[in-house]
Amino acid sequence: MTEYGMQTSSHDAPPNEERTALRKSPASGPAEVIQEHIVEIVSDSGEGAQRCGQSLASIAARSGHGIWTVEIIPAEIQPPHRSIAGASGNRVRMAAHKVTNVGDKADLVIAFNEQVLLSRLNANEIKPGATILIEEMWKCDKDPAVAENYEKVTAEVRSKGYKLFEIPMQTECQKYVPDPTKGKNMFVLGILCTIYSLDTALAEAQVRLTFAKKDQKIVDANLELLAAGQAWAAENLSVRYMIPAAPVVKPQIVTNGNAALALGVVASGMEVCSMYPITPATSASHYLSTIFEKVGCVVHQAEDEISAATFAIGASYAGKCAVTITSGPGLSLKQEAIGLAVMTEIPLVVIDVQRGGPSTGLPTKVEQGDMMSAMFGSHGDAPKVVMAVDSIEDCFYSVITARKIAETFNMVVVILSDAALSTAQQPFDRPEFNPDWLAPPVNQSAVPEDAHPYDWDERTGIATRFIPGQPNGMHCLTGLAHDRDSHVAYDPQINEEGLLNRSRKLAALQKTLRLAPVYGDEEGDLLLIGWGSTRGAIEEAVKIMRAKGHKVSSLHLKFIQPMAAGIDAVMKRFGKVMTIENNWNDPESDPLIDPSNRRYSHLAMLLRSRWLVDVDCWGNARGQPLKPAEIIEAAMAKLDDKKPTAGGQ
Amino acid sequence: MTASMSQCLMQMVQTDYQIADYQSDITPRWCTGCGDNAILTAMQRLCRDEQLPPEKTVCVSGIGCASRLPHYMNAYGFHGIHGRALPIAEGIKIRRPDLSVFVTTGDGDCCSIGAAHWIHAVRYNMNMTMLLHDNNVYGLTKKQASPTSPKGLKSNTTPFGATLNPLNPLSVTLGISNVSFVAQVPDWIPELLYDVLSKAYHHKGFSFIRILQRCPNFMNHHFDAAVQDPLRVRMLTHADGLRLKPELSRIYKNQETHDPLDLNRAQALAMLDEEIPVGVLYSNPHVPCYDELRKGKRPSTPQLVETVLNEEFDKVGIWPEGQQATSNGE
Repeated sequence: MTEYGMQTSSHDAPPNEERTALRKSPASGPAEVIQEHIVEIVSDSGEGAQRCGQSLASIAARSGHGIWTVEIIPAEIQPPHRSIAGASGNRVRMAAHKVTNVGDKADLVIAFNEQVLLSRLNANEIKPGATILIEEMWKCDKDPAVAENYEKVTAEVRSKGYKLFEIPMQTECQKYVPDPTKGKNMFVLGILCTIYSLDTALAEAQVRLTFAKKDQKIVDANLELLAAGQAWAAENLSVRYMIPAAPVVKPQIVTNGNAALALGVVASGMEVCSMYPITPATSASHYLSTIFEKVGCVVHQAEDEISAATFAIGASYAGKCAVTITSGPGLSLKQEAIGLAVMTEIPLVVIDVQRGGPSTGLPTKVEQGDMMSAMFGSHGDAPKVVMAVDSIEDCFYSVITARKIAETFNMVVVILSDAALSTAQQPFDRPEFNPDWLAPPVNQSAVPEDAHPYDWDERTGIATRFIPGQPNGMHCLTGLAHDRDSHVAYDPQINEEGLLNRSRKLAALQKTLRLAPVYGDEEGDLLLIGWGSTRGAIEEAVKIMRAKGHKVSSLHLKFIQPMAAGIDAVMKRFGKVMTIENNWNDPESDPLIDPSNRRYSHLAMLLRSRWLVDVDCWGNARGQPLKPAEIIEAAMAKLDDKKPTAGGQ
Repeated sequence: MTASMSQCLMQMVQTDYQIADYQSDITPRWCTGCGDNAILTAMQRLCRDEQLPPEKTVCVSGIGCASRLPHYMNAYGFHGIHGRALPIAEGIKIRRPDLSVFVTTGDGDCCSIGAAHWIHAVRYNMNMTMLLHDNNVYGLTKKQASPTSPKGLKSNTTPFGATLNPLNPLSVTLGISNVSFVAQVPDWIPELLYDVLSKAYHHKGFSFIRILQRCPNFMNHHFDAAVQDPLRVRMLTHADGLRLKPELSRIYKNQETHDPLDLNRAQALAMLDEEIPVGVLYSNPHVPCYDELRKGKRPSTPQLVETVLNEEFDKVGIWPEGQQATSNGE
């Protein structure tokens, strides 16, 4: 998050007229028309590559391009400079069409030093022959080791066939600002705007927006850097691309998944969010904290995850359903409290932005590792609703749905998002507010004399709960086994009556669910089944394979528990079924692994146990979002009955 | 949160609550001679004297003998999970200032598994009353040493005697930022138990009462010295604290006039070794309350939600050519 300091332009800045002239003709030659490109901007932490990437994505989105952005995040706040582990930045996928996932390998990389570039090359994230732009200041560094490293990496990059351009970022930026480490990012943004033939007015508007809260001098300086970058690229770079833009026909908004979750909380009518800081969930609460008080509501930062959950349960009990937002380790800590909410039938929404596990695992990286703990993490039989979000837009609407289900069924609803969606940005249709999204006022009317706090409805298992303040409704909730009066009861029959009704609510909800349509044909050789953030990548893979004539389709599950009926019928229409999941499964190639001990991915395990169908699984737990090309490779292997190479397992 | 007309009328008619109106249909199942019975009686008397509508009264507890109390009150009750009574109570209170919230907890529940919440509840200073039933032992799980057990106590987990000095709940509480009310009272002087509870109830903020509670089953005779020798009890009296009636004053001659605003003296009293301080150690009504600080500045209405959402959408909006932001767009 850099912004350049207080001084405005330095003395060497070109006169205004000259810059205006340059802006008028940013492209020196005809641009190559492409359908999409993946661009990575990487720097040391604190040099502003993330802001640059976000700005580029916003400009592209406003131009009418489909976009998807993913942050490249080091685990530490201030990792060592010029280190492989410290690469920080943003990956932007821009296309002529709607984009639903991170895509495969990068087409163009712009790196602020050779070490962060090396980090991306080592991660195998860059396409062979890709265009690489690099800050060239290091080759004359005072420290011979640095200069040597720079030469070594750039030589290697050239020898491997990448198109390398060395850019005097430091020298150019020094003409405008005294400390180019703060400001290079906008110069780079200018370069990228020229390369991708983006509209200057949109770019300028974006810079103004990015620095909206800053002093005018800072805004002006950054505008100057943007223009300088554009001008430098126009004069010195030959690469030019043009991605056709589809005009925006409906109002859109661009947010990341966590912001969409926070907006969803506001739109759901929940009034209390209690949370404890944890990566990668916290940014949802950060954003919510800036807006929730405006609507008269509270974000409570509790002393720990357990109190965050129990505070939310208390708030739900006393009125409207509350939400707690966390990530894997926090979900583990909340499990006893979640069981309490299940047992007492207090509505509760739990948002779990999954990260790599187990234990502290990969805090900033993606994994779909919490499905089982969301379903079964609490001891005893604790039925709860588990749903998974599959796009940024879905993050928004799922919270509204979750609150409604929680309050209709007096249940815990767990929403599974993940680190991939948390920071990824995507435009989607601007939601039109609907007052029905909100919760009704808290019921404070008198309870009928003959009503009981657990008058379970025989058909649905639902009991109307009594809220403090309702006359005649006095009773004592308890996590102990209890009868219809909420009296502690250890009687075997009463215990099973409670278990039955709490379980029955899931079945009642299940009757209202519809299975999502199959993507592709309703029958074929291979069905891929997924859940959560992998939807875009799976469907893109299916689309590409189908275009090549393969009979592949996919099914994406929104509700994990309960699961919509009819999945068995769909599975039967395909020769083979395989789940695609961003989590661990034992590779069949391992000599120790055989059918008697192979541990499957979560969804595969569920489908196998419920439907007695030989569902295979493919996925990996590399901390990265699954890519369409990997999925295609795995699906082709499955079609050909080869053992998949298991995407790097 | 509107009440119907008939409801309002009903409430106007029934303003004369009796003790029985706060007794649930369940007979307490504590042991004979358990101090919890005295605490329950004091609670019910307080509710009657304050004429608290049972539907506006919420008793929250964790797990343990003490935590069974909500079952015996005819009020709303929440018998939660071990150690977590306080955050549940805070959640209840955050949006419902109209409810009177009481938390009943034991020394294991509060000072061991729930210690983090205890510290932070004091710091939040929300309007509620907390009763720590401290019998210096785990009762419900059958006699294990608790953090307040005396050193040397032989229990099922310490058959050769508890190895550590006990934790002092009074000095811990007094040492926490934003502490606003700390009192101590034994269960065997019902008159004082009620008076302290009443002081705590009327205090604005988080009121912490440590009740020395006898456990006839596992800690029989533990408090005998203090029960039998009134001089072992130091009565803290003050115009703003406890005022002893003459009959009690005659028995409890060991008295000290203690200003409840004197935090340093309160700390010294909390650390008394041979004597038990009884009364209000600290009471400061001017400490800010989290529930009031976090109170919504305006009620949450559908119109407000719509306006704020649209403002946020505008900030990240993309419009078709020619269309503009609906409000406040940039």
